[in-house]
Amino acid sequence: MNWTWFHKLASPPHAYRIAARLIPWFACPAGILIAAGLYGGLVLAPADYQQGDGFRIVYVHAPSAWLSMQVYATMAAAAAVGLIWRIKLAHAVAAASAPIGASFTFLALVTGAVWGKPMWGTWWVWDARLTSELILLFLYAGVMALRASIEDRDRADRAAAVLAIVGVVNLPIIHYSVYWWNTLHQPATLTKLGKPSMAGDMLWPLLAMLLGFTLYYAAVLLVRLRGEILRRERDAAWLGTEVAR
Amino acid sequence: MNSFLAMGGYAAYVWPCFALTAVVLAWNILAARRSHAAARRVALRRAAARTGP
Repeated sequence: MNWTWFHKLASPPHAYRIAARLIPWFACPAGILIAAGLYGGLVLAPADYQQGDGFRIVYVHAPSAWLSMQVYATMAAAAAVGLIWRIKLAHAVAAASAPIGASFTFLALVTGAVWGKPMWGTWWVWDARLTSELILLFLYAGVMALRASIEDRDRADRAAAVLAIVGVVNLPIIHYSVYWWNTLHQPATLTKLGKPSMAGDMLWPLLAMLLGFTLYYAAVLLVRLRGEILRRERDAAWLGTEVAR
Repeated sequence: MNSFLAMGGYAAYVWPCFALTAVVLAWNILAARRSHAAARRVALRRAAARTGP
């Protein structure tokens, strides 16, 4: 197989240009999908027969929880690629992902707490799902703090990558926690085998939000990635002409 | 409209969740742009220093 396209893509000046061109292609559909999901979720979907209108929190809670794990998986995969093949762009993707993932983990935890109060009667319980999601937030914080604490960028990349990869062990724990342990948290609605246990007019806004949030992450990642590339390449000759534009 | 805002009695829970989500989505966009802009300023300054007077 011919890998020149890959090496070209991974070259910083090329990635910097491509990223700029790709951003609107993720941002526009993300905006449309999130707007449609909001309308569908808040207006069109009927109230839940058990939770009434309170269930509508799912339309922001589930996508943020999904992103919290999806972004972590992306960050760890990029870190592994950077570690194994020594591709600097992969480390840049990992570095750019961490603050985004942390923000959505925070959002998942807070919206979950606010949802838990009326439904379970408590903001927080130290059960497996909630605790492992909180550990995910600490993992993001740890990866960012470790990176920030090491002056040399290559060493910072490698150290952050190792921590990110070790932390992957937490992802299946989060996902399966609702099956492995007794928990207040309800089991998966979508990501189980077989048919999702949700009616169509409730389901499509959730799917729109999930896809919208994922595309939104890609767009924000690309903006951050451009900054990361500039920081890593700050003395490269191509920067002078490219950035001035 | 009022019944929509009331969210069947769950307004105090539903709306803060959606408001916080809007804040997080907006923060991510602003923070990413600021991060890129700051890196760009540094890169421009260093490029100018290299070519020099």
